[in-house]
This record gives sequence, C-alpha cells and structure tokens, in this order.
Amino acid sequence: MITLSNVHKSFNGNIVLNGVNLTISEGEMLALIGRSGIGKSVLLKHIVGLIKPDAGDILIDGININRLRGKELEAIRKRFGFLFQEGALFDSLTVYDNVAFPLREKTSLSEEMIREKVFCELENMGLEKDAHKYPAELSGGMRKRAALARAMVMQPSIMLFDEPTTGLDPIIGQSILNYIQACHKRGGFTGIIVTHDVPRVFSIVQRIAMLHDGNIILIGTYEHIIQEKNPIFEQFLSGNLNGPLTYS
Amino acid sequence: MKPAGVVRAIGRTTIRNIACLGHYGLFLLTSLFWLFTSPLKIRRIIEQISFIGVKSTIIVLLTGAFTGMVLALQAFYALNKFGGESLLGPTVALALIRELGPVVSALMVTGRAGSALASEIGIMRITEQIDAMEIMAVNPYRYIIVPNIVAAIIAFPVLGAFFSLIGIWGGYVVGVEILGLSAGTYFGEMTNYLDMQDIRMGIYKSLSFGLIVSWICCYKGYFTSYGAKGVGNATTQAVVVSSVLILIWDYFVTSIFV
Repeated sequence: MITLSNVHKSFNGNIVLNGVNLTISEGEMLALIGRSGIGKSVLLKHIVGLIKPDAGDILIDGININRLRGKELEAIRKRFGFLFQEGALFDSLTVYDNVAFPLREKTSLSEEMIREKVFCELENMGLEKDAHKYPAELSGGMRKRAALARAMVMQPSIMLFDEPTTGLDPIIGQSILNYIQACHKRGGFTGIIVTHDVPRVFSIVQRIAMLHDGNIILIGTYEHIIQEKNPIFEQFLSGNLNGPLTYS
Repeated sequence: MKPAGVVRAIGRTTIRNIACLGHYGLFLLTSLFWLFTSPLKIRRIIEQISFIGVKSTIIVLLTGAFTGMVLALQAFYALNKFGGESLLGPTVALALIRELGPVVSALMVTGRAGSALASEIGIMRITEQIDAMEIMAVNPYRYIIVPNIVAAIIAFPVLGAFFSLIGIWGGYVVGVEILGLSAGTYFGEMTNYLDMQDIRMGIYKSLSFGLIVSWICCYKGYFTSYGAKGVGNATTQAVVVSSVLILIWDYFVTSIFV
C-alpha cells in the first residue's frame, strides 16, 4: 500500500504540491490526471524517493521512504518499476542489455537465466526480434515497450508509469495500454499511471485521481467521478477552452 | 548601490561560492567513499580506460612528437648561444618528463575525453537515465563515476609517459637527424642528468591530473542543468575548470618537488 500524507513541495517559491493526501491499495491501478506542469511527475518521483518533500510523509507498506538511506533505500527501490516518459533507456546499451541491466546488477543469476528472462519479457512486448538494436534505432512505441520490459523484468510489486502514451499515435498508444493491462494481470502490482490519455486510460484502472493546484481535488471510480459532475474534471475531459481551467 | 547593499552582495556571492566549493568537495568525497568501500566494476573500468586512454593515444602521440621537436629546436637555439648543445638531450627529457608530458597530455585528454565524459553524463542526467539507475537500486556513483575516476588515474600516467617518450624521440629527430648532434651525446647526457625523482614527479602529476579531470568532468555532467544548453554549458565549464586546475595544481606540485 502507498500512502501520501500531507505532502508539500515547492521549487524556488513555486508551490507544486500543497498538502497532498492519497492512498493506493495493494494491487490497485490508479490513474493520476491533471494539467501539464501541475506536478504529477513530481508526485510520482516523490513516491520512489527521487525527490524529497518539503513536508509530509510517503509510506510504502508503512515504511517512510524519505527516512531511508543506503541499503534500506536500495532494498525498497528493488520493489519499484518505473516507466519514464521518454523511456530513459541507456543509449549506449542494446535493447537486450537494457533489459538485462537490472538482472545483471541486482541478482546473481547466470547469463543463461538472464537471457531466458530477458527474452521472455521481450516476447511479451513483441520485441524479441529487436533485441540487438540500440534505443536510437527504435520508434517511440518500441522504446516505450523496451522500457516497459526493463521495468517489468524484476517483477516489481509497485509500478509507476509516467505518461506512457504521450507522443504516440492512438493505435500504438492503445497497444501500450494493453501491454500495461496485461502486465498488471500477470504481475498483480500496485500501479499509478500519470497520463493525459483520457478517457482511454479509464478502462485499465480501478480509480482516478485528479491533481489540481497542488492538491488531489477528486478521487474515485470513473462512475463515481462522473456522478460528481466536477466542472474542472468535465472541462479537462472535454478539452473545452471555456470553464474554470484557463489556458493562458 | 548603498554600502550596506554592496556588503550584502559580497557576502551573498562569498557564501554561494563557498557552498559551491563544498558541493564539489562532497561529490569527490562521495566518489572516493564508493571507490574504497565497494567492489570495483572491472568491466566498466576497462571500458573507460579504453575510452579515456586508448582512444586518446593517437592525439597524445602526435602532440607529444611535435612538442618534443619544437622543444629541441628552441633549446638548441638557446644552448647554441653558449656552446651547450650537448645538453640538448637532458633539457628535452627533463622538460618533457617533469612538466610537458604530464601537463600537455592532461590538457589534450581533457579536451578529447573530459568534454565527452561531461556531455555523456549530462545527457544521461537530462534523459533521466541516472534516475532510472537509482530506481533500479543501482548506485550511479559506483556505476558511472568511480569507473571513470579509476580509469583516468590509470590512463593519465600512461599517456603522460607516452607523451614524454615520443617527445624525446621527436627531440632526437630534430637534434640528431636534422641539426647534426651525435646520438651518443643526445642520449648519453640524458642519463647523467635525469634521476628517479624527475620520473616520480611526472607520475605524481599525471596521477593527480587524472583525479582532477575525472572529478571535475563527472561533477559537471552529473549536476548539469536541463536542456541542450545546460549540457553545452556543463561541457564547456568542465574543460575550462579542469584545464585551469591542471595548471594551478601543476605549480603547487612543482613547488613541492623543486
């Protein structure tokens, strides 16, 4: 279970998170939506301990990740998988070596076992024929799938997805969401998807949370949120220029 | 500006600069901590020796040869004025081994490999590859910084030695083949004037330059600001700061040994 309790963060006096409270149950998939630059990715990086909050606690199964250092932090991070917006694949390594990287670094598996696991993950993502390619030789969708394979190969119990479909055409975007859904069914992880891909993402998550002005202003199932008729959510969903959200 | 404002501005700048120096120092200490407390990544070190050392060999040999040649020409011109041509060999060898070998090879490697190191690490930072590493519970200091420091400490003395050797050969070509000095005089006098202390000095200098260049270039890349401009600035600063520090540190090491 992930619990964020009264999390505050500001950069150079600009308040990004203003007392965020959020709880995600084990095995749940949550979509975190909100406008660009509102702090969704910052929130995600807080959860994995890449950014420290100015105030507040982030608990992973009751353990405050901000208080961890060294080996303890490493141990809890082994439970995470993170799909970065641009993939963050190591550009000096092939797809195969990228996926093998965490196995080589963090396990004592033989190269044969690593090969088996890597190809199993690449087959799941439909990339087995591209194992020898470098990230620069891949299309945007392939890069995302390769990054997903790398994130999944350690079988994480918590997966964080930072805009997994941004920059992809609708077909590829849907295929990425299908891959995420399949991974979730297979791995049963707790997941948070930061995305603008609404309403498509709603089909693969149990709950939706909306971040606005440094706070979660809305959280619940799709049906529940629709019933609330929140004008900010409705404008965000419709993309209408007129409403409480301004575009200047 | 009022006097109080001037004092405040000076104070602010001083505090910022001291904090900046502290940040550099902490980065070095953290790197050294991981260097001495965890197993080294031998494969990564070999890769980086190849990148910093092997791939810099040609440029170091080329500059070394011409430095030795021009040094021989200039020294011959000066020595000829008082009939001391026989000292050409020792002059070239001492200048190269004690000074020019370590310094010029370090400056050349800074320009070639140091800049590439800073930009590579900088790009890893802005494309979140370093963040990805941290999330995979892989320590970026151990994986990226320590291998570069170790590789530079190994590669710099070797490159410095290559530079000096090829420079002495360049001096031989000019002094013996072109200016007509005998080979016996060129090499024979060298052994009379050169001792282990001179070679040790060259090695110490190269070792410390290796540490300085890898430290500064890794630091600049690791803490680059965002965007192409950020990486560009980090790369430029890495080369400039490393080069300046090489020359400043060179003076202090020389003054200790002289």
